[in-house]
Amino acid sequence: MKHTISVLVENEFGVLSRISGLFSGRGFNIESLSVAPTLEPNTSRMTIVTTGDDRILEQITKQLNKLISTIKVVDFTSKDFIARELALIKVATEAETRAEALRIVDIFRAKVIDVTPKTYTIEITGAPGKINGILELLRPMGVKEVVRSGPVVIGRGAKGVAG
Amino acid sequence: MKLTGSQILLESLKCEGVDTIFGYPGGAVINIYDDLYDSSINHILTRHEQAAVHAADGYARCTGRVGVVIATSGPGATNTVTGIATAYMDSIPLVIITGQVPTPLIGNDAFQEADICGITRPCTKHNFLVKNIRDLARTVKEAFYIARTGRPGPVLIDLPKDIQVNTLEFNYPETVELRGYKPTYSGNFRQIEKAAKMILEARRPVLYVGGGINLSGANAELLALAELTRIPVATTLMAMSAFPQRHPLALGMLGMHGTFCANMSVTECDLLIAIGSRFDDRVTGRIDSFAEKAKIIHVDIDPTSIKKNVAVDLPIVGDLLDVLSKLKESFDQKTEQLGVFREQLREWQSDIETWRERHPMAYQPSDTVIKPQYVIQKLREFSNDDAIITTEVGQHQMWTAQFFSFSQPRTFLTSGGLGTMGFGLPAALGAQVAFPERQVIDISGDGSFQMNSQELATLVQYQLPVKIVILNNNYLGMVRQWQQMFFDKRYSQTVMELPIDFVKLAEAYGAVGFNATQVDEVETVIQKAFATPGPVLINFKVSREENVLPMVPAGKAIHEMVLAS
Ligand SMILES: Cc1ncc(C[n+]2csc(CCOP(=O)(O)OP(=O)(O)O)c2C)c(N)n1
Ligand SMILES: [Mg+2]
Repeated sequence: MKHTISVLVENEFGVLSRISGLFSGRGFNIESLSVAPTLEPNTSRMTIVTTGDDRILEQITKQLNKLISTIKVVDFTSKDFIARELALIKVATEAETRAEALRIVDIFRAKVIDVTPKTYTIEITGAPGKINGILELLRPMGVKEVVRSGPVVIGRGAKGVAG
Repeated sequence: MKLTGSQILLESLKCEGVDTIFGYPGGAVINIYDDLYDSSINHILTRHEQAAVHAADGYARCTGRVGVVIATSGPGATNTVTGIATAYMDSIPLVIITGQVPTPLIGNDAFQEADICGITRPCTKHNFLVKNIRDLARTVKEAFYIARTGRPGPVLIDLPKDIQVNTLEFNYPETVELRGYKPTYSGNFRQIEKAAKMILEARRPVLYVGGGINLSGANAELLALAELTRIPVATTLMAMSAFPQRHPLALGMLGMHGTFCANMSVTECDLLIAIGSRFDDRVTGRIDSFAEKAKIIHVDIDPTSIKKNVAVDLPIVGDLLDVLSKLKESFDQKTEQLGVFREQLREWQSDIETWRERHPMAYQPSDTVIKPQYVIQKLREFSNDDAIITTEVGQHQMWTAQFFSFSQPRTFLTSGGLGTMGFGLPAALGAQVAFPERQVIDISGDGSFQMNSQELATLVQYQLPVKIVILNNNYLGMVRQWQQMFFDKRYSQTVMELPIDFVKLAEAYGAVGFNATQVDEVETVIQKAFATPGPVLINFKVSREENVLPMVPAGKAIHEMVLAS
């Protein structure tokens, strides 16, 4: 089963390799990982999407917690949360498909951020499912390149995750 | 007054109560060695950085204190890796300080540069690269704190050369503030009450005890709990000295080379109480039939140990000292129920006695060749109860665990988790440094001994009276045993073709050496060795193709033992 985990870590030398090394060394799998500093000083937040059964997920969260550099681990899977991902998509466009491409962009509330005679580059944010959706529709035109950020997540409601 | 980084390092070590360092100099730590030249800290120069780490490890295992190592950058640092991994697998507190090239050169493939933080990340509890002298004292403080608290382990500090020469006012921090590191010491009261209840409901309970008992210093608490409840105690390799092996409740070692009695008891028990043990595959054999009929209580300070390999009915996270004391207190309130419980254990105890008598730990004695097991028994007979025994890895290690009958905590130092040949001699060296007055014996194999035999020089230089016992079968015996049992006796690369004159080797270093080839020499040569001051090596020519039995073949359940005939 797919799990989305937020990890608050010390923003220090080598911390990313501690986390990624933990996953590779113990045979856990990483589907996506994103990381950036938070407002708290010296603190970064990682969002990791991983898969595994309950036993593996319990090990993953425990092992993450065991790292000295880890401040807090939250598995959002059973919680109410919002996930958003950014994707940049370069799609091939011919004169006859341009209008269709724009219609799709419109429907998904995406944006065209770069245009050449033969391509549109589209920016879209949304839940990972929404990005899969637009890709599905654009694919017949010829998607030349996709860059996805991997999702970041935040819990619903007033309470935040803090170290 | 301002101090240099290297002076700050040594002052910080003193603040941590360090009086002994094991190490080896080089360009990237030359400033530290210059300050050590007239320091009050005692430095032991081993002949290899791996040995320095094992020596510090041996020192830590028998004292419970943090062992300290210094090595230079590059090859000095990479030489420490096996030692660090050995300590990591057995949760031994060490602080390893490595020199590093100057910070501006890091990443440039400078002379003797190695990314030792990268290399040791998976085999240290934590590691640090000090990039600013302002962080140095705090880093040392944190390193010691991390190494010795919670589940102990090795911590490495990589110290670039320019930081060693920069200067700063020295201020040692009094407290440690680590947001991400707060071990749980106090066991949850309700969980402990539940454990007490589960124990009272059990009819066939077993305590399955691991190295955590020694690490937490909970030996007396374990003994008290076992005696109060009369629950029998099976010990892992790491815990052979954690519970007195001649105690009537001792079942002996469990697992691959465990006693029939321990393995049967675990197989038939209805409650397995795992204490500071971690369900290693050498203990469990085929995992799905391990303690199949039992509910499991698992007590450990490290939450990741719990439910890693087996499902657990009742987890308790905490320091064993705390949890075992509370458990005993709980039973002290339940005298009546406990009386009934102990009455009901009689049947279980008689089952256990039957197993014990049916297949006691035994071997075929001989008048014509020296049996390795006989040597171990004689060593036990002629050594003191507080003698510290180290081993290398192989058959001799297992025979030591099976036949030595340890009686005092922290007297058996062996590489359990990593199984590192070459551990025993330097570990004995470190133990002897810690306890100059006690007997220290390295029980070795002819193969393993050659992995760190250069440490004879260190023993002689510091006049450390370690007794080295080589059980010489001219084989990499343990591998040969597997080849005999599972590979049609195809002894591929396990015959030590070259007979080595170990006595001459000892003498070349200035140590004393004895050979023993006859059975009737065994006692006298052991006595002679103990009576001889300084380091002594005894080379016992033992029966070559002796096997370690019982043995649970790989992939089998632990009750499916091959037994001694
Ligand atoms: C560093 C290292 N290399 C290889 C091994 C694999 N190994 C385990 S036991 C053993 C044989 C040890 O031979 P010896 O020291 O003579 O002991 P014996 O088994 O003969 O008592 C070997 C090669 C190991 N444990 N450690
Ligand atoms: Mg041998």
